[in-house]
Order: sequence, then structure tokens, then C-alpha cells
Amino acid sequence: MKRVVITGAGTINALGHDVSATLDAMREGRCGIGDLEFRDVERLMIRIGGQVRGFEAEGHFNRQQMSLYDRFTQFTLLASKEAIGQSGLEFSGDLAARSGVVLGTAGGGVSTWDDNYRSVYEDGKNRVHPFVVPKLMNNAAASHVSMEYNLKGPSFTVSTACASSNHAMALAFQMVRSGAAPSMITGGSESMLCFGGVKAWEGLRVMSKDACRPFSANRNGMVQGEGAGIFVFEEYEHARARGAEILAEVIGYAMTSDAADIVMPSKQGAARAMAGALADAHVNAAEVGYINAHGTGTTANDKTECAAVADVFGAHADKLMISSTKSMHGHLIGGTGAVELLACIMAVRDGVIAPTIGYQEPDPECALDVVPNAAREAPIEVALSNAFAFGGLNAVLALRRFQ
Amino acid sequence: MTIRDKVIAIIAEQAVLDPSDIRMDSTLQDLGIDSLGLVESIFAIEEEFDISVPFNANEPEASDFDISSVASIIGGIEKLKAEQA
Repeated sequence: MKRVVITGAGTINALGHDVSATLDAMREGRCGIGDLEFRDVERLMIRIGGQVRGFEAEGHFNRQQMSLYDRFTQFTLLASKEAIGQSGLEFSGDLAARSGVVLGTAGGGVSTWDDNYRSVYEDGKNRVHPFVVPKLMNNAAASHVSMEYNLKGPSFTVSTACASSNHAMALAFQMVRSGAAPSMITGGSESMLCFGGVKAWEGLRVMSKDACRPFSANRNGMVQGEGAGIFVFEEYEHARARGAEILAEVIGYAMTSDAADIVMPSKQGAARAMAGALADAHVNAAEVGYINAHGTGTTANDKTECAAVADVFGAHADKLMISSTKSMHGHLIGGTGAVELLACIMAVRDGVIAPTIGYQEPDPECALDVVPNAAREAPIEVALSNAFAFGGLNAVLALRRFQ
Repeated sequence: MTIRDKVIAIIAEQAVLDPSDIRMDSTLQDLGIDSLGLVESIFAIEEEFDISVPFNANEPEASDFDISSVASIIGGIEKLKAEQA
């Protein structure tokens, strides 16, 4: 089995338009959640979100590209440029033939659906732009990355709601670890912050009107975000031979299914995923210093997740740190695990643990060290990144400090 | 603007050329417009003239609408507009 390292990272999200701005914000415990701005927002009950601000597609893409790229694809391409640029990889010959793109998204081109449904249903138009389908399809972003960077190996998109990116990264990891691919572009993106995208979530009655406060006794729901996180996973010897900078090592993963309920989380399913990732990575529970929680800020998730951590880690659960950065960037749904992996990289590489902001009241059912409100410095050897999706589909990744 | 001028403007925009560079005997291929560019041009023409162009990308040659040159496209639209009136 090959070792797998991360040699490039890129992002755009409510905290920043690149990795350094995002990590600065996480270090400072800054909140990227604010009033939503888009058409018909006044008809929503939920009017806050982690919206990407100050981003204009013009200047990044030409007219033809913009007519083909939904916002989730635009985010993906921007983050890919940063990640692949940082890695220094150029894809040609055998490297191009065997490297691919595996990305996660829950909704794909949601605003393309939304705009065109509005046009034909509300405005009564009887004709839509010819690129509606290639723009909205869930694999559009992965396909455009493959075209832009000449990636001709296995490429596809994974859609498992809030675990999409973690499932995608787990698959990319497997491909590099098994030797099937020398490198893979992976991560995910989401852009659901439009009228229809928020209205659908509103219906479920799990959204907060004021803030995302994971683990806090007075938490009252989740807050949506948007953006992308993209990584270059590369076989270690390949990276070493070319002198690439290594951000962290990916050492294991696990995927489990609750097989229980379409929305309610399961302690057993979450626990089996964390324990499975530790077993796959061949690490002891005591080596884990940080967990980036799924931590949605809903009553059900946070207490279930904490109970699962207590089950898996026993007495060590009280020593490790666990935080939810969703309190800052919101829940990026299918893209969330990708942006959250950045917090794990910061923990193992820089020894900085991103906080759970908005924390106001201790909850006896979430009695772990949730790194409330302010980042902390501590050397971290191994970090886990949790994602537990609607539908009971769970995926956990394990990272180790590279040395 | 005449139908001819409007069609030339749409094709020029798609080809990223100046309207003066569009000749009546130019083919879309000459102008660098690919199959996606063609369906986008037809969409723009339908929007501009409020007509429905009988064009199927699976078999462009078999369509009632002749796209072999700029002149034939303009002729086809003039015919559709005349039928509409």
C-alpha cells in the first residue's frame, strides 16, 4: 500500500477566497455568517447564511465559460486553481492518463434549476438556454476540472448529502493508496444559497434564524453555507521525488451506513465510522488530538456525535479537542467536509485548533472540550474529520502530521 | 435593424468577431462556431425574433432549417417571420 499525502489545497467560502484567508479567519474565530442577499429573500423565514461575498465570475471566466458554469462549478474551478497551483503538478503523459477528479456535491447546479424553473413556471417563458443541462448536472464541476487540467483517469461525482465531500475524498484516497492513481484531485463544492435552495431546507424546520451554535445548550439549528474545498492527494514517493511541499498525510478512512432513519442520526453509525477510520489508519485512539466535528448545531446531531465520541474514545474523549467550524462558515452541505479538512490540516501542520464560535451555554449532553470561542495552540499528531449525512451515510477521514 | 443585421450581430457575438468580419457566404465552421455555439446561436435567434427554429442537433442536415451559411440562416429566419405574419 502506498502512502498518501496532500500537496495542494484550495478553497472559496464565506470566510475567504483562498486557504490563507480562511485559516486566518478560523484562527481568529471570525464568523462568515450574515444576512442572505438574493432575489425573493424577503419571502424566506430563514434569512442568514454563510454566503460567499465579493466574488464576481467576470474577471475569472470568459463569456462562454460563464454560460456553462453554475456557481458550484465556478467555486470548484477557483479552488482547483489554487490547489493544483500550490502542488506544482502539471498533467501530461502517464500522470495525466492515470490521475482523475473525484468530487462531492449534494445539489449540483441548484441555482441553475432555480433560475430556469422560475423562468418557465413563474415568468411563463417557454424556452430555456441550451446549456441548462450541462450546467446543472452534478458532475459538471468534476468534468470541467478534468478538462481544464488534462486529467484523464477516473473522474466522477459522489452525492451523499452532507457527507459527499468526505465520501469523495475517501475514494480518492483509496485510489492513490492502492496505486491505481499517482494523484487525484478531490474535495467538493455546493451552492444552494438561492430562494429555492433555502426554501427547501426551511421546510425541514431544522434551521436557525440567528446563529449556528454547535454544542451550546441554547443551539437552535443549522445555518447553510456555500463554497468549495479542493485538494491534491498524491502518492508520497511521487511527491517526494519532485520535492513537493507536503501539507499533511492522509492515513485512513471509514464509511458506514446507519440503515435506520432518513434524517435522524445514529450514535452507532457515527461511532463505527470513527472507530473504523482509526483501525484503517492503524492508530490508537489516544493518538487523536483533534476531531473536526460534523457539529451541525442541531439538537440531535451534536448530542449524538458527542455520545459517539465518548463511546469510541473512552477516557481519552475528555482529553481530545473537538470543534465545529460550521459555526463560522456555515454548513456547506455536500462541500462541507472539504472546507473542514482545512481545519484538520491547520491542526496537524500548524498546531492551531480552530474554535467552535457562538458557544454560550454548556450542554451536559455535549460535555467534551469543544474549543469554545477562541482558537488554541497545541501539537496535534492525528486529526479526524467527521461527516454524517441525512440518509445515515457516514464518512470519516484521518490525517497525520507529516514528518 | 433589419433581420439581416440582427442575425449578423448574434453570430458575430458568438464568434467573438466584429460584425463587419461576417460575410454572407461564411459557414459557421469558418467563423469558429462549434456545435454548442450553434445551439446557443439558435437560442439567441429564437429569443430575438420570437420564433421557433426547427433545428435538431442530431441531424442538422435533415432539419428544415438550412444552416450551411450565414445567408441561408438569414433566409430561413425571413421565411419563418413571413409565415408568422
